[in-house]
Amino acid sequence: MKKLLILGAGTAGTMMANKMRKTLSRNEWDITIVDQFKTHYYQPGFLFIPFGIYSKNDVIKPKNDFFPVGVNVIFSEISKIEPKDNRVILGDGVALKYDYLLIATGTRTAPEETDGLLGSLWYKDIFDFYTIDGAVALAEYFKTWKGGKLVVNITELPFKCPVAPLEFVFFADAFFTERGMRDKVDITYVTPLPGAFTKPRATKMLGELLEQKNINIIPDFNIMEVDNDNKKIIDFGGQEIPFDCLVTIPTNLGADFIETSGLGDDMNFVKTDKHTLRQVDHDNIFVIGDAANIPTSKAGSVAHFAAEIVEENLMCAIEGRELTATFDGHANCYIETGYGKGTLIDFNYDTEPLPGSFPFPGLGPFGLLKVTRTNHYGKLLFRWIYWHILLKGKDMPIESEMQMAGKKL
Amino acid sequence: MSIKTIAGVEVNVNDEGYMEDASQWTKEIASEIAKEEGVELTDKHFEVIDFVRGKISAGEGLTIRGIGKSGVVNAKEFYALFPGAPLKKVTKISGVPKPTSCI
Repeated sequence: MKKLLILGAGTAGTMMANKMRKTLSRNEWDITIVDQFKTHYYQPGFLFIPFGIYSKNDVIKPKNDFFPVGVNVIFSEISKIEPKDNRVILGDGVALKYDYLLIATGTRTAPEETDGLLGSLWYKDIFDFYTIDGAVALAEYFKTWKGGKLVVNITELPFKCPVAPLEFVFFADAFFTERGMRDKVDITYVTPLPGAFTKPRATKMLGELLEQKNINIIPDFNIMEVDNDNKKIIDFGGQEIPFDCLVTIPTNLGADFIETSGLGDDMNFVKTDKHTLRQVDHDNIFVIGDAANIPTSKAGSVAHFAAEIVEENLMCAIEGRELTATFDGHANCYIETGYGKGTLIDFNYDTEPLPGSFPFPGLGPFGLLKVTRTNHYGKLLFRWIYWHILLKGKDMPIESEMQMAGKKL
Repeated sequence: MSIKTIAGVEVNVNDEGYMEDASQWTKEIASEIAKEEGVELTDKHFEVIDFVRGKISAGEGLTIRGIGKSGVVNAKEFYALFPGAPLKKVTKISGVPKPTSCI
């Protein structure tokens, strides 16, 4: 029997286990998936928890619910990949051989990378919302918070779901307005980017939304440390920003074993060909999702669009053909803007987010770079789609390749 | 793209003044671009510039984190040498393309 080994059973790994079990013959191929945790988190839902819209139970299910029959599941830590010997060493020393390896170990928040972030105020006045613990702790904190300076700070690029911090401040504006205390809350968005987002049109549109909602933006801020005693953040240039409540998006890193296995860049993201999604040094290793160092968003939508490409190229490699599928970096992000409305961006490596309608040209129902109620319902509906369609690797009525039809230049 | 005379040499630059051909670069050109950016180059600056040019010629990406872990300078020293927007400044002075940030 030949062996396909999948590392990581998050969104990307689970989707691929489902897809490949359908594609690869059961008589010829063993498929094994490894993950250290037994709980699957619906990560797009974390954003909703601090504002009491979702609770913890809305975003968790057992991972075992989503694996197809005929896939071996191992819950274990991973200590190393040894690509020359085509094997992976697990935390307990057990070695797993593979013919093909798929890395889907994602990214994690690394607050320890910033001096003072894990100091005396951590989970007292400083929170993250990219972990279930942080999101739940922040929900409790907001229930009794009397107001003050709310500072949302992005530590460094790249980070998972680049629109989530914007959604967070939009939600915060609506949340404190609805509680009748918006005048007591000063919201500041502090980012290392030169504006609200990277690409020109989305930056302009989202920057204007921040202004309309009376949210301050401080760009080009690269945090050096947190001063817990004086409650302020300080950047490398010496600029200081005081806070009463700091919501941090910590440094994102890939898995530690990527570094020790010699496969990563300086943030432990796997060096990956951005078009074929194959690891740059090893022909029998492919990479999908946040774990890859490709220059697009770290987001579930990207993993979803990449899944078809990886499936096709993996089959090409297995059958000894040239890799025929090319990934375009397609990302598609619903952005909550508060008050039951949202906007939507759709883009890839070469095309910035443009205005228009999606997925059907002229019809929508979703509006690109427009704030509409339908966009918000699209995002809420997505949780159901995620659990029931996306993770199971079933087809969705959206092309993997980004479409120009319906977009206005 | 246009031609600009820097330190007496004609070089190709883009709209933002970044050199388009790293092989045209000289230390004299670096010093003159640095002056426009308000930086007076020291030996330490040139150590960082060497590292940056080495990374680019090896086809690797540049990040503040990478430079901070280079052993040449740490992140704080890097900011002190090229104040404000260190990555944008150091690449311009080193005659290599402006780093793109993508999310």
